[in-house]
Amino acid sequence: MAETAASIEVNKPRGFRQYQWELFLIVLFLAVNVVNSFLSPYYLSLDTFLSTPMNFLDKAFIVLPMTMVIILGNIDVSVGSIVALSSVLMAVSYNAGLPMPLAMLLALVVSTTCGFLNGLLQMKFRELSATIITLSTMSVYRGIAYVILEDRSAGRFPSWFSFLAWGYIGKIPFIVLFFILAAAVFAIILHTTRFGRMIYAVGNNKTACEYSGIRTGRIILAVSVLTGLMAGFTSLFLTSRMGSTRPNVALGYELDVIAMTVLGGISTSGGKGRIAGPLISIFLIGFLNYGLGLRNVSAQVLLIILGFLLILSVLVQNFTNRPERKSPSKASLSTASTHRSDAESGLDIHGNSAQGG
Amino acid sequence: MQLQNDIESRQNTAFRNTETFRELGLALFIIILSAIFQLRNPKFLSLSNIKDLLTNTAILSILTVGMMMVIITRGIDLSIGSTMALSGMITALTVSANPGISPFLSLAQGMAIGLAAGLVSGVLIAYFNILPIIATLGLMNILRGMTYLISKGKWVSAYQMSAGFKSLSTGTTFGINNLIIFAIIIYIIYSYFINQTRLGRYIYAVGSSPETAELIGIKRKRIILLVYALMGLLAGLAGVLWVSKFASAQGDTAVGYELNVIAATVLGGVSVAGGRGKVSGILLGSMLFGILANALPLINISPFWQQFIQGIVILAAIISNVLLQRRNERIALKKRAI
Repeated sequence: MAETAASIEVNKPRGFRQYQWELFLIVLFLAVNVVNSFLSPYYLSLDTFLSTPMNFLDKAFIVLPMTMVIILGNIDVSVGSIVALSSVLMAVSYNAGLPMPLAMLLALVVSTTCGFLNGLLQMKFRELSATIITLSTMSVYRGIAYVILEDRSAGRFPSWFSFLAWGYIGKIPFIVLFFILAAAVFAIILHTTRFGRMIYAVGNNKTACEYSGIRTGRIILAVSVLTGLMAGFTSLFLTSRMGSTRPNVALGYELDVIAMTVLGGISTSGGKGRIAGPLISIFLIGFLNYGLGLRNVSAQVLLIILGFLLILSVLVQNFTNRPERKSPSKASLSTASTHRSDAESGLDIHGNSAQGG
Repeated sequence: MQLQNDIESRQNTAFRNTETFRELGLALFIIILSAIFQLRNPKFLSLSNIKDLLTNTAILSILTVGMMMVIITRGIDLSIGSTMALSGMITALTVSANPGISPFLSLAQGMAIGLAAGLVSGVLIAYFNILPIIATLGLMNILRGMTYLISKGKWVSAYQMSAGFKSLSTGTTFGINNLIIFAIIIYIIYSYFINQTRLGRYIYAVGSSPETAELIGIKRKRIILLVYALMGLLAGLAGVLWVSKFASAQGDTAVGYELNVIAATVLGGVSVAGGRGKVSGILLGSMLFGILANALPLINISPFWQQFIQGIVILAAIISNVLLQRRNERIALKKRAI
């Protein structure tokens, strides 16, 4: 899939080196797992590997379209609010008597509409950055959720609804299968279709794209709609996992999602990156959190680590992108070493951050 | 600079008109809104409520000063809520450990913490080319996590704070609440700084055209660092004032407050495209925001509407900014027609 992506970009190193970032992420992923297996004797088993993703895979659905958004050179901070709004509306409409399948459909429709609105605003008001538009819709969407449900929670879903997050098909959790399917679809869209190539083109040079007849507005709109749709799936799986919902669910999801995407090697300056990276970093961050949970590290420390990871991964990318890749081998070495030390310092900080003010 | 001023004044007088038009519109809106609130609840325009309103708006208006500079340089700062929490928490803990400490020392301490946080985001954005939203989003979480860690999840409550510390925000000088005096002092200094000093004008230059600014010898990166550092400084100050006002420092102090500040700033006509914004504008913007926050409970609208209204207000403000700008450009084009 990624071959087509690479064949057009001329200066890219070929073959093995092309995937250095992904390889590095895999190494990091393995390292996390080695550490985790020392922490708990029950860790190293196939069951753990298959069931752990059930804890974090719901937000991973947004990582897929977020990859496209960031390749476009935009950013979307409203995704957490979209999840909250569609989850709340689903619960409320179900409690009001709508059959569950229809309520689920409603959640998807609502989230897609939210995405569509984001895209429409970006299309109609090109002067405004996606940042400020999604920042305001973030308030609007979560605001609506609060207006509807105030400080109550809603739930009492039918028992089969929990199958989404907790059910198995054979030995594999349903959510894992569904995620693999979604990831495959997004990989195909991004790396083999005309639409996918246009996303890269718009991210690289929007003005040139417009002059060469690409309707950039429509591309942005389509990606926004996809983002909304996937946020809808996240809300289904999240609500199913938690069994009930409140207006403050998925608070801060945008940070998790953006951090996963950027750590996956998608450059925030747009036009660069493959979907494989974010896919690995989803599992990297997920298993890292799980392992830290095994050690009873508090949620606040996870916040700090995630914040550091986000900033560090952008830092490393900025450094590696700058020297025009004249000597790829050198670049690869420096990437790996700088990032590893950075990641370690990120981890160190959680250890002694109690003193650090 | 000379050149730029020339261009700006030559561009058209319509531009100036649009901005005054905007501000008059905003002022008119505030008046109409106040009239409606007054009709619904006669207590709204009582002297004590106006005092309350101004006191409650003071912290917001202090922060819009910093946010205005950040947005003028085309940036954004999402970390200020967390900066406020961290600086408030550390100063409150210091005060509870040694109650004899002077309130002004607490202020200085909070400002130093805020400055440090602002310098970090400034360096990341200016010298490491990280997008402002990414850098400050990361920092927002780091600082929030640090606040929880430092407080170990506990609150610092009123009885742990010295009377002097609490009087920082609740005391009065010449019959006026200290918070209002703080805000007035900051606005006087700031409007001199941004309008009269070279450095202040450089901020506009960097915002309206970074490349040109660099070509005429402005050290762009330093300006951007300065802007975030000042934002941090003000957020640190606001954190201390906040904690002293509510007499309680918590891990979740000022969560999401950055959005209020951004809303008030763009509402005041500071363009997110950079390079544009006036002191009188942000003053009106934060007043409108303060009125909304103050009056909604008075006319029995549930607080759960607040976030929605805030979002709609930002959206309306940025869209009306764009529409006004477009209209303005159309007028300019027409003038050039032969």
